[in-house]
Amino acid sequence: MTEAIRNILKEHGRLSVDISTLTDAADLYQAGMTSHASVNVMLALEANFEIEFPDKFLRRSVFSSVSAISEAVDEIRAAR
Amino acid sequence: MGSSSVVVGTDLVQVSAVAASMERFGMRYLERLFTPDELAYCLREPRAAPERLAARFAAKEATFKVLRVHEEPVPWRTIEVVRSPEGYCDLALHAEALALARARGLTGFCVSLTHEADYASAVVIAERATGATGPVVAPSPATSTTPQCHD
Repeated sequence: MTEAIRNILKEHGRLSVDISTLTDAADLYQAGMTSHASVNVMLALEANFEIEFPDKFLRRSVFSSVSAISEAVDEIRAAR
Repeated sequence: MGSSSVVVGTDLVQVSAVAASMERFGMRYLERLFTPDELAYCLREPRAAPERLAARFAAKEATFKVLRVHEEPVPWRTIEVVRSPEGYCDLALHAEALALARARGLTGFCVSLTHEADYASAVVIAERATGATGPVVAPSPATSTTPQCHD
């Protein structure tokens, strides 16, 4: 799943650095992801994993790192 | 009697990024971020839509800054730019955003929008009652008498 998330971040995250240079724990906002880009990331994640982020997941920290995104996707999938 | 202070937030959005998201994600993008009334106005003129939507997204993000949002989930649609027939804009907070404003003791929200072809920006200010003893209610835009922008 991490690879899929990284591909989505590469395409939609508008990062100022190459995603391959970032660890899973690296702060994506520090790496240049804007709030608007995080919306695109969220929508691309929803399409890719066939999920929908509930309102309670609309927090800055949920999209702050590859690890955080992965945990959120896992939690949403588990709740289905 | 308590004193008060002013809290300010601002945000800048690239119009081309909004246009690209509209193209890529369509209504799923639009309906996630904007209220039906915001969409009705902004999509009325397709050429102007990306600029108007970018300004409204900037207003929502600027409001997050005023609300000092940390881990509280605040959906974008709970922050709405409302526009009078004369073209003046105000801010309406709903549900989670309004609850957070009350919890923070914030009232008197005002918004100013500006946009050109490349970038859109918004400034939001609110008054924080530092000595309030009870909940402070954000005013309804319907009762506001202070137009803050014209777009």
